Amino acid sequence: MQFKTRTFDAAPTVLDIKNLTVELPGNKTAAPVLDAVSLRIRQGETVCLVGESGSGKSVTSLSVMGLLPKGALAATGGRIELEGKNLLELGPQAMRDMRAQKISMIFQEPMTALNPVMRVGDQIEEVLDTHTRLAAREKRARVLDIMNQVHLPDVERIHRSYPHQLSGGQRQRIMIAMALILEPLLLIADEPTTALDVTTQKQILSLIAELQEKHGTAVLFITHDMGVVAEIADTVHVMKLGQIVEQAPVEELLRRPRQDYTKQLLQSVPSLTPRAPRPQPQGEAVLSVNGLQKIYGAHGVFVRREPTRAASDVNFSIPRGRTLGIVGESGSGKSTVARCIMRLIDPTEGEIRVGDREIATLSRRALRPYRKHIQIVFQDPFRSLNPRWTIGQSLIEGPLNIGTDKKAALKRAAELLTLVGLPDDAVNRYPHQFSGGQRQRVAIARAIAMEPDVLVADEAVSALDVSVQAQVLQLLDELQQKLGIAILFITHDLRVAAQICDEVVVMQHGHIVEHDTAANVLANPQHTYTRALIEAAPGRAWDFANFRELQTA
Amino acid sequence: MTATPQPAARLQWLFGAIALPRGWRIGAGPIIAAIVLFVIVLAALAAPLFVPHDPMAMDALQRLKGPSETYLLGTDAYGRDVLSRVVTGGRVSLFIGIGAAVVSVMIGLMIGLVSGFFRLADAIIMRIMDSLMAIPSILLAIALVALNGPSIWSVMGAITIPEIPRVVRLVRSVVLSAREEPYVEAALALGSSMPKILWQHLMPNTLAPLIVQGTYICASAILTEAILSFLGAGVSTEIPTWGNIMAEGRVYFQLKPSLIFWPGLMLSLCILSINLLGDTARDLLDPRLKKREG
Amino acid sequence: MLGYIIRRILAVIPVMVIVAVFVFLLLRLTPGDPAAIIAGDMATPAQLERIRTSLGLSDPLHVQFVTWVGLLLKGELGTSLISNTPVTQMIGQRIWPTFNIAVMTIILSVVIAVPMGVIAAWRHRTWVDYAVMAFSVLGFSIPVFVIGYLFIQVFSIELRWLPVQGYAAPTDGFGKFLARAILPCLTLATIYVALIARMTRASMLEVLGEDYIRTARAKGVKETVVLFRHALRNAAVPIMTIIGTGFALLIGGVVVTESVFNIPGVGRLTVDAILARDYPVIQGMILLTSGLYVFINLVIDLSYTFFDPRIRY
Repeated sequence: MQFKTRTFDAAPTVLDIKNLTVELPGNKTAAPVLDAVSLRIRQGETVCLVGESGSGKSVTSLSVMGLLPKGALAATGGRIELEGKNLLELGPQAMRDMRAQKISMIFQEPMTALNPVMRVGDQIEEVLDTHTRLAAREKRARVLDIMNQVHLPDVERIHRSYPHQLSGGQRQRIMIAMALILEPLLLIADEPTTALDVTTQKQILSLIAELQEKHGTAVLFITHDMGVVAEIADTVHVMKLGQIVEQAPVEELLRRPRQDYTKQLLQSVPSLTPRAPRPQPQGEAVLSVNGLQKIYGAHGVFVRREPTRAASDVNFSIPRGRTLGIVGESGSGKSTVARCIMRLIDPTEGEIRVGDREIATLSRRALRPYRKHIQIVFQDPFRSLNPRWTIGQSLIEGPLNIGTDKKAALKRAAELLTLVGLPDDAVNRYPHQFSGGQRQRVAIARAIAMEPDVLVADEAVSALDVSVQAQVLQLLDELQQKLGIAILFITHDLRVAAQICDEVVVMQHGHIVEHDTAANVLANPQHTYTRALIEAAPGRAWDFANFRELQTA
Repeated sequence: MTATPQPAARLQWLFGAIALPRGWRIGAGPIIAAIVLFVIVLAALAAPLFVPHDPMAMDALQRLKGPSETYLLGTDAYGRDVLSRVVTGGRVSLFIGIGAAVVSVMIGLMIGLVSGFFRLADAIIMRIMDSLMAIPSILLAIALVALNGPSIWSVMGAITIPEIPRVVRLVRSVVLSAREEPYVEAALALGSSMPKILWQHLMPNTLAPLIVQGTYICASAILTEAILSFLGAGVSTEIPTWGNIMAEGRVYFQLKPSLIFWPGLMLSLCILSINLLGDTARDLLDPRLKKREG
Repeated sequence: MLGYIIRRILAVIPVMVIVAVFVFLLLRLTPGDPAAIIAGDMATPAQLERIRTSLGLSDPLHVQFVTWVGLLLKGELGTSLISNTPVTQMIGQRIWPTFNIAVMTIILSVVIAVPMGVIAAWRHRTWVDYAVMAFSVLGFSIPVFVIGYLFIQVFSIELRWLPVQGYAAPTDGFGKFLARAILPCLTLATIYVALIARMTRASMLEVLGEDYIRTARAKGVKETVVLFRHALRNAAVPIMTIIGTGFALLIGGVVVTESVFNIPGVGRLTVDAILARDYPVIQGMILLTSGLYVFINLVIDLSYTFFDPRIRY
């Protein structure tokens, strides 16, 4: 693992945050959102601010930009000095002049961060309109120049495109172009690659590094991903509940973390080393998929659209007690496969066997008795439970459908809650009283309540913080050992797949490009796409949990 | 950025002063509205018990008199007591308002649920609803009353029918967005039947917006009743409703504006209160305003 | 894009067909003898017969429908039972005052309401916002004729600034027209402004919470630019929609306002028709206004392509 080892002792300080405190103005009793945060960034340096959700990373960055939501949050103490000038004392106009000229920001969601009804060229140009007086021709030249610098293809065409006509990566490049066109001193990047696929993430990270090198920009990079930190950081600050708990140069922090919280954070990062192989199971496949195909049609009289093959010729099977992972980037068709298997959508062609029962062609009504054999856990824990129902009601919904008596079902619900590590009095509470991780446990319990043979986990841990992610993965593993369920695990994250899967299927553009044991796929990938995926995984040469380089066996 | 004192602080008491359980806050405005509405409804219900005169009793000698001790708000062109008529007039107006709201919400809910869940029915139902929306409700009401005679029922029907498409669209849009929710898909995976999902998971989502919509329909129905009476297409003229009293008063408007003023005031106060309560309910029930608690 | 436009235009056809069927059935499916209902209790058999032939009520239903639609497609809405003149001609004579006032009202309302809503959303939870909200609730709550009489009382009778009632065409002099049209327009506009301002505010509030607004602010763009260049255009679609659906309210308002201000437009024509039980005129007005409503909403649907480049399904 090659860490950055540049020193910045001689470099001038660009941003100096001193004891910044941010509070909810209406609520004096609540704990401050930021509690005496101090942080210094020097010219050309990349400072990573890392922490789990709710730690205050984003609030810190918005404070620097002067973009805290009015009335909801207010900086009540400390200083934010940019080249020695306190930003907190600036009036609105002076602060507006700072933005884009001195400090710029790029955001997490490139899909929503650009104005959907304005051409992207005009959106970049607006920065020049706001802060400079240039002739129209010169403006256009500068816009095209920065678009070239962020390596956008065919800049003339993209210049007049609307955001929805561009891919996520291209939109993020537009954001970067907009942020850097006036060569600011400081670039704040708030999780800029979290919403992107790993291969795109890699490109964006190297683009930021390249432009930083070129212009000597200081970068405040906010992320939750330790892999990204290992790749790009000079200095790392770890945040927890509004405080900075530890800060150190990157290698120092990853090799010798001092605080327990940092250690715990690092230990939860799943390793890219596949799990130890388990003995080949006996018995038949509980789920087998043959020649599965899903085509989204081009219907409608005046719509001329090519039919999209979301999945074609998908074959695999899972024996009892084993886990098969489907790995792929967005648009690879992995979720389509999951939804076809669940018959939430109807496959165009192919066979889906649960046990020895073919379910791909059953009518919805005829299918209902077989639903119990195959259950699903969704990605978003906030939306997968009916907010109006108690946990108990949610847990007994399925058993009641298959004729279990209500009293027995409720008793079973309490047992299930204990099984997934929740207090059994949770039956009478509502989803909003639980955290995301706890809700995901409830969702798992709901699925298990049907005593299924197969559990489909569709990105089931993707929305969770790493520490919670690790716990939920462990829970799935335990349940599998106790109940012998087969798990179909859909994920975009190779690390997670390595932790839990016996076999891995890699999908691209609706096709399976590789299918082998997890160990073979990760250690000895055959397909170029698989190799690209593995190479793009940030920090792949580092064993975070053991604070050292990955030992290749 | 430091917190500057909000200029709205002075108006805070009116709009956001009172904290309720679950973090709900309402202002004095809605509370006043609730009290006003309660008084109007109570007065209308109890009118026969306390109004000083028979609202229908004419007296040729007492035509268009000003306020006096016997006639607190004066008399109308037939010598009838304005106060008694205005208070009693609320009975029919409120009945029509509430009736139209309840009936249109019930029918709209049923049609909307079907439309939101069965794609085949949806296309046909929505075309019919689009067409109903295209017919201006006042004109439709005029036609219905012209054909069916000026009874309370035909006025209520005439007001209710044009409201149904709006309810249907609302319910349908809620159902369409809710059926994409993972918890609905999970229910499907758990083997719940379509009608069960429709009723247990989807229907409850429509209740909050329907309550809000219902208050607006109630208010607009009372207004429409008044307009229909004013245009001569309303409830038969012997029955006192706010609209009828004003319709009779318009002839003498320049001579005695209070004949329009008093029923107009009662009507406006009533509708204002209902609308304010509707707005408050919307603000409280709007799920987008509720924070996701982690 | 072209596909969207063609589909929107074609979608109008079933709507108009259903409207026509509905209007046709309205009279025919009324319980009892429609001719007797229209003629009233004092009708002689001869009168009844005349109404029946005039409305073509003697034939079987499907024959009636074919004849009726045939006439409709030729632009014939029937003949008035009272004056015996064709309904199209009666409406044609009366349409201009209504048209002038309606157009002026729409322009006036949009010009007043949209900035009101924008500012209310921008100054969310300040006195400006509360004032706009208070106005819009009031606008919904007072019957349009009460507002009309209130305006007459204040501006014409007490202050004597404007003539009490009546109408003058713009061709008689614009000042004269304006003096008589301004109060009806304001009266009509009240509820329309309330409606549009409210929708503008709600739509803007939603848009102002979007990420791209934060992006615009992060660029250092001025607040006015954020509001009008970035936010308003994104908020436009629901605002346009409410302007279109609010047109139905406007039509109801026109009928009342013309009667309050004594304006010889189609609204008055309708009121006279109600009192005279002149059903063909009422039916003609329904068909005309429904057609107009559908047309206006079609134009608005098509205008979405201008506001939002994403619409091209």
